[in-house]
Amino acid sequence: MADATADLAGASPAKLTTADGRPLKSALARAQAKARRRAFLLVLPLLLFIVLTFILPIGQMLHRSIFNDGFAANMPQLTQWFVDNPVGTEPDESAYAALAADLKSAAEAKTIGVVGTRVNYEMSGTRSLFTSTGRKAKNFEPPYMQAVLEADDKWADPQLWGTMRQVSDAYTANFFLAAVDLARDTEGKIVQAPEDRRVYVMLFERTFLIAGLITFLCLLLGFPIAHLLATLPLRYSNLLMILVLLPFWTSLLVRTTSWIVLLQGQGVVNNTLVATGILTDDTRIQMIYNQMGTIIAMTHILLPFMILPLYSVMRPIPPSYVRAARSLGASSWTAFRRIYLPQTLPGIGAGALLVFILGVGYYITPALVGGASGQLISNLIAFHMQDSLNWSLAAAIAAVLLAAVLVLYWLYDRLIGIDNLKLG
Amino acid sequence: MADTRADGFVVFDHVQKSYDGETLVVKDLNLDIAKGEFLTMLGPSGSGKTTCLMMLAGFETATHGEIKLDGKPINTVPPHKRGIGMVFQNYALFPHMTVGENLGFPLEVRGMGKSDREAKIKRALDMVQMGAFINRRPAQLSGGQQQRIALARALVFDPQLVLMDEPLGALDKQLREHMQFEIKHLHDSLGITVVYVTHDQGEALTMSDRIAVFNDGRIQQLAPPSELYERPKNSFVAGFIGENNKLLGVVEDIADGRALVRLPTGELIDATPVNVARKGQKTLVSVRPERVEYKPELLPEGAHTLEAEVMEFIYMGDIFRTRVRVAGSDDFVMKSRNTLGQRVLQPGEKIRIGWAPEDARALDPL
Repeated sequence: MADATADLAGASPAKLTTADGRPLKSALARAQAKARRRAFLLVLPLLLFIVLTFILPIGQMLHRSIFNDGFAANMPQLTQWFVDNPVGTEPDESAYAALAADLKSAAEAKTIGVVGTRVNYEMSGTRSLFTSTGRKAKNFEPPYMQAVLEADDKWADPQLWGTMRQVSDAYTANFFLAAVDLARDTEGKIVQAPEDRRVYVMLFERTFLIAGLITFLCLLLGFPIAHLLATLPLRYSNLLMILVLLPFWTSLLVRTTSWIVLLQGQGVVNNTLVATGILTDDTRIQMIYNQMGTIIAMTHILLPFMILPLYSVMRPIPPSYVRAARSLGASSWTAFRRIYLPQTLPGIGAGALLVFILGVGYYITPALVGGASGQLISNLIAFHMQDSLNWSLAAAIAAVLLAAVLVLYWLYDRLIGIDNLKLG
Repeated sequence: MADTRADGFVVFDHVQKSYDGETLVVKDLNLDIAKGEFLTMLGPSGSGKTTCLMMLAGFETATHGEIKLDGKPINTVPPHKRGIGMVFQNYALFPHMTVGENLGFPLEVRGMGKSDREAKIKRALDMVQMGAFINRRPAQLSGGQQQRIALARALVFDPQLVLMDEPLGALDKQLREHMQFEIKHLHDSLGITVVYVTHDQGEALTMSDRIAVFNDGRIQQLAPPSELYERPKNSFVAGFIGENNKLLGVVEDIADGRALVRLPTGELIDATPVNVARKGQKTLVSVRPERVEYKPELLPEGAHTLEAEVMEFIYMGDIFRTRVRVAGSDDFVMKSRNTLGQRVLQPGEKIRIGWAPEDARALDPL
């Protein structure tokens, strides 16, 4: 007992040691190191999987949105000329010599199309100029300025030279500018894109508007169902839950096409309305291949994502809260508004965030039932990925979308608090 | 069964309740509660006591019969217009509001001004000694503190009637006993009428003016605590309230308010007839353990005694609890106070036990 007291008195609180004199902190770390290593090994496969299949591709894609070396890699001499000469230098013989040499080597390496495409992103109608001049490039003789201009006098256009200077830098913000309907003029100043090419901002607006509307509709439709699920006896609520989950177990394609069957001009809904005399054959409602189709089908598909978080929040709310409010003098509406609703906020927030984020990025349903007016920004991303092959622009649009969603997420955290999010 | 006083503040008049249309949960309930009374509904779970409370609060509708509050029938009055304070089993404090907001809620929905509200909240919190906790959230309070807040919230709008549905069920024993006294004191000082539901007989005996013992959807006995304990009307009440020794027998003789009961072993015991009227009837004689004596000098003149063998002797501090074998069954218990010079009985010891005829009640055979 006396020894122990002496030990305690001797050890200062800053430097605790084990019985054999080693510092307590390092002893603790050593004791736990093995368990920690084993725990890390267990999660390592998943970590690798996520890095390989999620972080790397997305990082690569995002990198593509600011990096495109289609010009710089294939036109090295002209790129060097742009570096050596400041903005505004009139293209001289040396510039044309570099252009001729690059066009020749690019044509031989069959990369002239890549170069043309890259310039064409910024200035339409130039791809053919590159390919046609490229075919003639092997016969060019000095003086190159004259030879090139003889091949095609479009090469004298100062706007073309301005554009080539811009794209000679592999790192560029131009794709992001294009994604929000901006462009650079010949002097490199940021201006609005030509009116006939402004589509992205409008599509972003439409996407966010439609996703917001779908979120609202899901909340409106999902709240009563979730409440019913949470309050029914288990026997019935299980059955109802299966009905809610059934769409999850059905192919997305099947669900979407069944909406086509229901909503089309000669579809079930229109036929029923005509048969009951509410509509005539001339006034059949166009409910599919437009925004309405997108909204109806997506609301249906995303509804479970609203119901499930709501249900998981409502289930543990005991009925005694509302009863207590009623006994304290609140009408049923007041009890709902002041007592029940605030307690479901975490579920509303989680469901709304989930539905909205899924809705903003939805692709297949708008593609199938959206028609022209029901297309969302994701359809344009797909278009640039698959048809126009402008991956950099696709990546830039996707990055803008991602940033917008992150901003929303941040706003949600500020306003409601992310700890209040309850997904299930 | 219930005394039908005309001035009942709360009246249940032939009330029946069925949930499924096949069985009655509450069978023909008649109950008058006087103004200022503390009435406890006591019974095992499923006996219908909580259903009665919920009908009074307005969360369940009576299938048949009428419930009156202060002379007015309230069957069709929605709960929020009844003006009844209620304390719930799990307190039901609104988790997203502070203590102050919780207490302010009933005043706010009544359209009371802010300054009046604050004064009332403060008064109610002081009443339960929780004035310092006005800005806390319910989750930051202990069970006992939440209980006090729930109590204050049920009282803050000055209701005439307060219902309590097993309010102390979630507290530990010591806190529960403490809260029992506090609730009782609040009742006395405020002069409110309280209807209290519990399955804890100790709680019921401590707090109530009258206790209604529920079983099987009926009131088995409605009486003040002492009468309930000492003069149970039937075997259920005798068995439910307090510890109880039961001896099955046949009435041998009955005269002058005394009955002689013959046990299956042939021995005779004394009892007071309650639910028996003639010779030859089967009966269950009920004797409280603390009324059983084994010292001949403490027994009344001419009392019958039974031979008993000590099976087990338990030292419980303030009392001794002795289990003996009597008339073929070995679960007969007697309790004696730990007084100076009290004998410690040894297992295997043979003694003779008996009791005053008033302490044994010949009830219906269960």
